Amino acid sequence: MKYFPLLWATLWRKKTRTWLTLFSLVAAFLLLGLLQAANSVFNTGGQNLGANLLITQARVSFTSPLPLRLLPQIEAVPGIEAVSFSQFFGGVYKDPKNFFPQFAVQPERWLKTFTECTLPAEQAAAWKNSRTAAIAGKQLAERFGWKVGDRIPLVSQIFPKKDGSRAWEFDLVGIFDNTSADSCPRMGNMYVRYDYFDEARLFGQGGAGIYVLRIADPDRAEAIGRQIDQMFENSPDETKTQTEKEFSLNFVRQIGNLSLILNSILGAVFFTILLLTGNTMSQAVRERIPELAVLKTLGFTNGGVLGLVIAESLLLCVIGGLVGMGLANVVMGVLAHAPVRMPPLKADTHVWMIALSSMFGVGLLVGLPPALKAMRLSIVDGLSGR
Amino acid sequence: MSEAIVQLRGVSKTYTRGKQSVEVLKALDLEVAKGDFLALMGPSGSGKTTLLNLIGGLDQPSKGEVVVAGERIEKLKSSALAAWRARNVGFVFQFYNLMPMLSAQKNVELPLLLTKLSASERARRAQIALTVVGLAERASHKPNELSGGQAQRVAIARALVADPTLLICDEPTGDLDRKTADEILGLLQTLNREHGKTIVMVTHDPKAAEFATHQVHMDKGALAIEPAH
Repeated sequence: MKYFPLLWATLWRKKTRTWLTLFSLVAAFLLLGLLQAANSVFNTGGQNLGANLLITQARVSFTSPLPLRLLPQIEAVPGIEAVSFSQFFGGVYKDPKNFFPQFAVQPERWLKTFTECTLPAEQAAAWKNSRTAAIAGKQLAERFGWKVGDRIPLVSQIFPKKDGSRAWEFDLVGIFDNTSADSCPRMGNMYVRYDYFDEARLFGQGGAGIYVLRIADPDRAEAIGRQIDQMFENSPDETKTQTEKEFSLNFVRQIGNLSLILNSILGAVFFTILLLTGNTMSQAVRERIPELAVLKTLGFTNGGVLGLVIAESLLLCVIGGLVGMGLANVVMGVLAHAPVRMPPLKADTHVWMIALSSMFGVGLLVGLPPALKAMRLSIVDGLSGR
Repeated sequence: MSEAIVQLRGVSKTYTRGKQSVEVLKALDLEVAKGDFLALMGPSGSGKTTLLNLIGGLDQPSKGEVVVAGERIEKLKSSALAAWRARNVGFVFQFYNLMPMLSAQKNVELPLLLTKLSASERARRAQIALTVVGLAERASHKPNELSGGQAQRVAIARALVADPTLLICDEPTGDLDRKTADEILGLLQTLNREHGKTIVMVTHDPKAAEFATHQVHMDKGALAIEPAH
């Protein structure tokens, strides 16, 4: 700590240069924070998704529906507590920008399967009693300012009605919430009644995109999934059963290898930062050759001077990194409350570990070459400015 | 003669630049007594600064022995030599060589960072050293806020603060006007006479050399006139 004032003063020897370098580091770490948080969301997709939920979809693709006649066979598999089925509705609300997931489900089955979400009893009853009734997650209702009793018009991008119109209307009868803290990962969804939807749609009757199975023992997920898939092997409706988390990750991966894309962007950014900061550090040390020689004259060892230069480089990178990550957290906080459709970003421990190791890695990499030069500096040459 | 604090025996120094070798010092013998104030004089290229660098442990001889404060310093490894410099030698340069971003006080404290002294003790000792050179009231000023003479006083305070055995001064008045130079030389003389510091000073200036107790003239890497004892 006794060297800190010396380090601090040295760091700010050329204020403009230090500020500019800091800005570039802050920008790089802001980007790292945001992109790694996004990466983390995509990689750990739905960490809060229930471990005891399985998804059965058509083996070919979840866009190919499975017939509802599979339901009794699936329900009969030991270890399954409840089965729900759902069909993606694919609607937009008023404006194509207002997209959010909607599914056609059977209320009784939904209530038994998705127990991590809670719906007041009278609203559940209203949902069961009216064919045009729908329920929405609290987050979704807040996003559009909906309240119970509102009529919600949706235009389906997939399913026209039998009269050819794509305009559907539903009555919002319930708003569901978390059963316990953050337990319900479906708060941005809307659920309409399958019977009404199936009867009114122009095509696809009797089919559902996926089955959602609640199992008693998460440790048996693989065995149950295998049993279901074996049941329908070599049939016209071959299935693929996986945990809800795997399903969610596979869904995201359809966009492409996001992790590779994001890491490539970050790689390019950090390569540039490495060159930029490295050049700045080398220049800063080059200008201070006589001062470093004076330090050695006063009794600082070669190792001591090496340590001072590396510490200066680390200090610069850690300040830039911490400010950048701090800003990234602020931006994530703002985005979480912004009316945009995106998963909530959060710099978790994993992201912070990446950020901290990048701060120290960049600091060491850019500090080492000038530090070695300073260490090898001959006092006589340094004092004469050679 | 009192005890010799500096003893050079058969010291040669050869620099190699590319394919050329230049012998800067030629089998030189020199002794400096403890408490002496020695002026090393001579034309440019005579080897004065090289000799000063060897005495101060900033450079190694190509041949010969350099004994300073009882230590064969040409035998010391780099880190041991650095520690030896910190304990035994204070340096004053022609262009002050202060850290521009540090205040006078912090510049003077620099050598004390290598000790185990507390921050408050380092500050106290730096304040005393600044008082000795008459600059206590400019402690918070940075080098660019000081005149040349004041900056050199700060450099002398930095050289003194760790209470070294020997002060090495390389053209300490070379950048100063006559009046300021005389003040600085007077200060060095006081440090020699009243505080018992041994001083070896390189200078071109015969007037500056008059402040020393002895003078040694160098020419072409050898002593031209033996010091009078």
